[in-house]
Amino acid sequence: MSTPSSTPLKAGTQRLIPLNHALPWIIAAVFLLILPYIFDSRSALTIMNQMAITIVFALSYNMLLGQGGMLSFGHAVYMGLGGFFSMHVLNWMSDDPWISLPFLPIFGGLFGLMFAIMIGAFSTRRAGTVFAMISLGVGELVAAMSVIIVIFFGGEEGVSGDRTELLDFFGMSFGPQRQVYYLTAVWLLIAALGMYLYSRTPIGRIANAVRDNEERAEFLGYSQRHVRWISFCASGFFAGIAGALFAINFEILTEENLNLATSGSILLVTFLGGVGFFVGPIIGAIVFTLLQTVLSLYTEIWALYLGILFVSTVMFFPFGLTGLLAIHIQPWKLGKISHLVVPYAKMFIPAVVGVLSAAAVLEILFHARHAGLGEEEMNLYGITFDSHAAMPLIIAIVLAVASFFALVKLAPGLKAAWDEATHMGGAKQ
Amino acid sequence: MSVPAIELRNLEKSFGLAKIIQGVNLKIGKGERHAIIGPNGAGKSTLFNLITGKYTPTAGQVLMHGTDVSGMKPYQINRMGLSRSFQITNIFHNMTVFENVRCGLLWSMGYKYSFWHMVNRQRDLTEKADEILEQINLSSRRNMVAGALAYAEQRALEIGITIAGGADIIMLDEPCAGMSHSETDLIVDLIRKVTEDKTLIIVEHDMGVIFDLADRISVLVYGEIIESDTPEKVRASTAVQEAYLGTTVEEA
Amino acid sequence: MSLFIVNILDGFVTGLLLFMLCSGLTLIFSMMGVLNFAHASFYMLGAYFAYQISLLTGFWVGLIVAPVIVGVIGAFIERYGLRRVHKYGHVPELIFTFGLALLIEEIVQFFWGKSQMAYEAPEILDFAAFSIAGNTFPAYKVFMIFVALGIFLVLLYILTKTRVGMTIQAALSYPETVQNLGHNVPLVFMGVFGVGTAMAGLAGVIAGPVLGTFPGMAVLLGSIVFVTIVIGGLGSLWGALAASLIIGWLQTFAASYNVRMEDILTGLGFTKPEPIWDSAWQDLWTLTLPQIGPILPYLLMIIVLVVRPQGLFGKRET
Repeated sequence: MSTPSSTPLKAGTQRLIPLNHALPWIIAAVFLLILPYIFDSRSALTIMNQMAITIVFALSYNMLLGQGGMLSFGHAVYMGLGGFFSMHVLNWMSDDPWISLPFLPIFGGLFGLMFAIMIGAFSTRRAGTVFAMISLGVGELVAAMSVIIVIFFGGEEGVSGDRTELLDFFGMSFGPQRQVYYLTAVWLLIAALGMYLYSRTPIGRIANAVRDNEERAEFLGYSQRHVRWISFCASGFFAGIAGALFAINFEILTEENLNLATSGSILLVTFLGGVGFFVGPIIGAIVFTLLQTVLSLYTEIWALYLGILFVSTVMFFPFGLTGLLAIHIQPWKLGKISHLVVPYAKMFIPAVVGVLSAAAVLEILFHARHAGLGEEEMNLYGITFDSHAAMPLIIAIVLAVASFFALVKLAPGLKAAWDEATHMGGAKQ
Repeated sequence: MSVPAIELRNLEKSFGLAKIIQGVNLKIGKGERHAIIGPNGAGKSTLFNLITGKYTPTAGQVLMHGTDVSGMKPYQINRMGLSRSFQITNIFHNMTVFENVRCGLLWSMGYKYSFWHMVNRQRDLTEKADEILEQINLSSRRNMVAGALAYAEQRALEIGITIAGGADIIMLDEPCAGMSHSETDLIVDLIRKVTEDKTLIIVEHDMGVIFDLADRISVLVYGEIIESDTPEKVRASTAVQEAYLGTTVEEA
Repeated sequence: MSLFIVNILDGFVTGLLLFMLCSGLTLIFSMMGVLNFAHASFYMLGAYFAYQISLLTGFWVGLIVAPVIVGVIGAFIERYGLRRVHKYGHVPELIFTFGLALLIEEIVQFFWGKSQMAYEAPEILDFAAFSIAGNTFPAYKVFMIFVALGIFLVLLYILTKTRVGMTIQAALSYPETVQNLGHNVPLVFMGVFGVGTAMAGLAGVIAGPVLGTFPGMAVLLGSIVFVTIVIGGLGSLWGALAASLIIGWLQTFAASYNVRMEDILTGLGFTKPEPIWDSAWQDLWTLTLPQIGPILPYLLMIIVLVVRPQGLFGKRET
């Protein structure tokens, strides 16, 4: 079938899917397959499912923000509506089921799509600030509706269901957590692949073009509004799938699935991972879920830490974690990545001490302010002390300040190493 | 006379109280190379934006091949076969050179809003895009990010995107702005090559380019066309010299 | 009738309060092109600072000092935060202010916890100013009206009569030109941001005792503020005023007139299905006006956007 290309320029036109394109997907599939054998506890499965759902949701969010240049403060609406609708489908069918659970996300996706078509009709007229404000208004409207339209949203208790009541799927009832994990993992692959392929279609490419320069795209025959609308619909569809997966996993949906906090946290996840990259939201979802889980186990003020992390990401690393990794590609290609090892190693200890001691300052202050009478004793990093005493606080502050100055002192060294490592030619080997 | 490619009838445009274009009548025949010149602030860019649909006329009409297009959106006018370039380089800076050209091709080659084709696998698309890169001499820059190109190369790419869709009316807004002499010569050759058999409407400050390329020249002063004729006649017109340059155009 | 007058006054208070936030937001947006998502967070900071100060010195010192502190913090954030993000474009700026809103809420909880503060109106204003047929109107609300109107007049005076105001107005339309004329536009930006956030702070100081001082107060008002300026037309000060008052009245009236859908439907000749909780139309039958009051601003926004995308007073399509 495939004829040898006549010039190297036309390498992109072969018919067969090149192995190097399929390879990451195969690796991902294998990885997802064996993951529950590595982490097999119930809580681990729950966290992995949570991650998978967040990944689908974040990828769909990035279809708006990263690929289409649309900042949404109301994306939870499409996930939530998809989830609520799936839950109703599940309940309607429970008496006389004619599908099995793995097909439920299709309903969620279609419902998300339907609402995206309706809302997108007027919200995608403009990108940027106006789009952001409308998405916020629509988000608040739908969230507020949840206490009014009780028949659909179930009021304050929400809507719940039993996922095992549909037809068995090759003998699986989806009662056990592990079966649900595989269902979620398969849908994760399908959705991620779908969104990846979407970005390589004419509409996907033009969505990028409209994001970068909407005026130019108009003069190439494309209506910026239609392009945004289509992207918006596609994004709503995948968000709806994420919602259905949520419904399957947690068997309950409430107002919380629709509100501004959920919409905001997916922005946080996506931005943290890096909006400019396809894998950005994936990395963001994994890191965010882990951080949230771990931090909330150890500290009451975890949300404060996440807020600080988010604001510093926007200020100092606008390309997110993936961007941070991506800037190392050039030194890697030049074979100079080793130049960075020593400066990084030097900074490692002050950085860790700095972060831990700064956190200690916050923890001590928080404890001192909010602990009840007679509970002055606090435990931090395995040390027990009185949070109202001055000494621990002073030690923490001194450590934090000292490591900050150490980092400032080490910074020029890193910068020099960095310049050297990204500079072509020179002292290589 | 056959239907003109572009016809302007009593075209007017005001911004608030300022009347920028005051009753322009103009016919540009098929296959004509038509230049619009005039001093700064004469309304050349406004006229361009009126024809291409960026602005809606306050009064009057724009006809394209006899069809009234006034008030249509830029993308609708583009789909009818009119393409334009911009005075300030207006390319997709984050995309590769190849992708820039490909974006210019997608609609006209029928891919439209398709989400069931993979762009990389469309042989016709790739071949056509490479062909255009060849034409504009940017094949060697194919996979470079467009924002990293030299200025003159970006201008060439701008023209490449403009002509990619195969429009039969090409409008170029100061294609030679900010270029050196040798670069200008290259671009003029390029324009001549890529607009063969097409209707060309060009705004340019470089008189050498104008007299080199144009079949006919319209002189726009304070939103009115005071002269529209062959380069020789325009050159000889005292009205033009007085109103427009205040000096002679010999220096060109 | 008397209830109507009380509602007009109540709605006026709410509207003016909204406008104190919207005017600052509009000025900042028009000049810098950035919508400050954290605007309502400065309003919250105003209330908390005023509370903290009032514990030491009483209400009146807080009224003056708290907005100043908020304004200084605002100017500081503009200088060292927003300006840094500015080069990446408007969307990252908006994301930055969104992150800021999250962070400020967390910081407030860090210091003051999750419960409502006992921030009260001063005793001297704790009496009924007048009463109309049994409906009393508290003196504190009269005070709020005077503060808000006072701020409005000062703002109007500064914008139209002073040199700084002229520069601000010019910078709204032609930032580059103004810069070329030798005005220090970044400084003006910082000042406008500071004053805008200080006004939000002042709104918080006077609203705190009435609407409650708690960590959710920013979120509660924040979305309404954005909806208001979209309805009024982004960047239009008069639009913001009109939309603020409309929303103030809309919410007040919706909350106090218990119009029931049941009565309307029966009046139209429909029969109420029994039992109601088995009907698919249960939500429609049990609907009341106070219940939909909170969503009216959002509905209004959608209607305005569909009918008149530029907003009530917006000049261009936004």
